[in-house]
Amino acid sequence: MKKEKLLELYRMMLLIRRFEERTAQMYGLQKIGGFCHLYIGQEAVAVGTVAALRDDDYFIAAYRDHGHILAKGGDPKAVMAELFGKAGGVSKGKGGSMHLFDVAKGFYGGHGIVAGQIPVATGMAFAAKYRGEDRVTVCSMGEGTVHQGAFHESLNLASLWKLPVIYLIENNRYGMGTPLERASAVWDLSQKACSYDMARATVDGMDVLKVHEVMAEAVERARKLSEPSLIEARTYRFRGHSMSDPVHSHYRTKDEVEEQKTHDPLLKFQSYLLEKKYINEDQIKAYEDEIKTIVKESVDFAENSPEPALEAIYEDVYVE
Amino acid sequence: MAEITFREALNQAMAEEMERDANVFLMGEEVGYYQGAYKVSQGLLERFGPKRVIDTPIAELGFAGLGIGAAQVGLRPIIEFMTWNFSILAMDQIVNNAAKLRYMSGGALKIPVVFRGASGAAHQLGAQHSQSLEAWYCNVPGLIVMAPSTPKDAKGMLKSAIRDDNPVIFIESEVAYGYKGEVPEGEYLVPIGVGDVKRTGKDVTIIAWSKMIHVALEAANMLAQEGIEAEVIDPRTLRPLDEQLLLTSIEKTNRCVIVEEGWPYAGVGAEISHRIYQNAFDHLDAPILRVTSEDVPMPYAKNLEQAVIPSAPKVAAAAKKVLYI
Ligand SMILES: Cc1ncc(C[n+]2csc(CCOP(=O)(O)OP(=O)(O)O)c2C)c(N)n1
Repeated sequence: MKKEKLLELYRMMLLIRRFEERTAQMYGLQKIGGFCHLYIGQEAVAVGTVAALRDDDYFIAAYRDHGHILAKGGDPKAVMAELFGKAGGVSKGKGGSMHLFDVAKGFYGGHGIVAGQIPVATGMAFAAKYRGEDRVTVCSMGEGTVHQGAFHESLNLASLWKLPVIYLIENNRYGMGTPLERASAVWDLSQKACSYDMARATVDGMDVLKVHEVMAEAVERARKLSEPSLIEARTYRFRGHSMSDPVHSHYRTKDEVEEQKTHDPLLKFQSYLLEKKYINEDQIKAYEDEIKTIVKESVDFAENSPEPALEAIYEDVYVE
Repeated sequence: MAEITFREALNQAMAEEMERDANVFLMGEEVGYYQGAYKVSQGLLERFGPKRVIDTPIAELGFAGLGIGAAQVGLRPIIEFMTWNFSILAMDQIVNNAAKLRYMSGGALKIPVVFRGASGAAHQLGAQHSQSLEAWYCNVPGLIVMAPSTPKDAKGMLKSAIRDDNPVIFIESEVAYGYKGEVPEGEYLVPIGVGDVKRTGKDVTIIAWSKMIHVALEAANMLAQEGIEAEVIDPRTLRPLDEQLLLTSIEKTNRCVIVEEGWPYAGVGAEISHRIYQNAFDHLDAPILRVTSEDVPMPYAKNLEQAVIPSAPKVAAAAKKVLYI
């Protein structure tokens, strides 16, 4: 990968991290409500994945979606305004944190029902193939999601009909307070692909370059051969399941979280770039400054954006 | 009488019934180690062990159906949906199996299962997490549907639900879990199909259930300041309905408002008003009014959400309208 592209990935990971740190603060100030799930710790997965995509490829995700929409090119201002429930938000204040959409950028949400996005992703891939396009669809999900029927039905359809879709399991080890081993009969989740004779891979989700590499292969397989893949990225969430949950409690120890933080994907990538001399401390500072401004402007924009008008309640229920 | 929260009342009901009958067990997402997503099952794992307090993977259709199968061969499962929104994934099992197996088998089977969990809008949870689905379940013959409004009712009703031999849909309100109320010492049951008068009054009947009882009572207080005495009726069980209790009140007040957190179209209130029109038409001095959520998916923005769900001022205004004030 070229140096410029590497730096772009770094910048995006940094943006997502700082954006979400600010999101947490704004939640604390009650500027943001509802369920709000932070992606902190998992940034390498979305950023590495999107780096392997074209702008016109489709991406669809679950409710932990701030990182995905930003990586796919969503405007931080409009994303923050959505979190604030303002008219200037990406979903006009109707969706909130769990339901971010930016169709122009190929980002189709933001889904709150565990596994609800998976059949929908399969349909987007079906449509691309139907129309003879070479677009690829990526469907992100947590590891807690793969026990739903929707997952299995979708994988079979995609394999049976050779659909250009990539199912991406972001295995952060816990579905709320349930560790993988208490929810899954198998540890190696990519094995699920075997039942459907589908290509599969497991990748270190804390390493943005490795994610990119594995994804690039899957994208090629989808684009050139119209074949699906199942990719498991092993990652970790540094924060609680949502803003209303503790970082650690009954289900994981503080020590475990601290240990995992030594694999911080952002710091890991930063060290790599420093080592390779692609970046120096001054440049890091410059990125931090630039991103600080972007995040500040997002909050200002969200603050100043008007509340949705009450008439909006009955708008967009149907196509008029 | 002790004052406890709604969640504690439910917790006591489950613990007492599990103590009483070894066939009763609790299964659902995060009910054990995590102590329940809303802490309703707090301490039950420690008390009854992992054989009887069982954490499931996220697989609603699977574990709801498992509960039905276990029930038809003699166990008495309590299946918790983290929220009723997720029961939609399990509807096939509930509607096609739980509700119909007894009938289709000519009475050979009974399905003593309780499906319970949190329902309704909380605070800005958005369209997929803010639904009140009691109307869906009330539509299905073979199901019992209960929706308590106070800790006392919650405990007595859940115990009855667990002891009943039919599948019971037991709907709790997410925001009411922290509400406190007096609960009698010792064993008591609130029977299925029996409603309750939550406030007596002579001028207008307000029918509500679950969290909406509290909205109705707040509206009644507002009305009282203007000299209007509202009677607030809680059917408690929505299927079968305590029709007589409703009709007796209407015969006294001659006016009726129905408050429902769900959507208006084919809502539970539509059925209730139909029954009142059919059986007490001559007693009514005004058409029945319904206060429901607006007929839209729930928006996220705070100002929109507040405008969508029923509120005390809306209920008070409806009451005045049926009084032609
Ligand atoms: C069908 C359904 N059941 C339950 C929930 C409640 N819930 C929300 S997130 C979650 C855990 C999901 O874990 P995972 O898929 O691993 O994703 P992560 O949150 O770790 O990103 C649960 C149980 C839901 N939203 N939808």
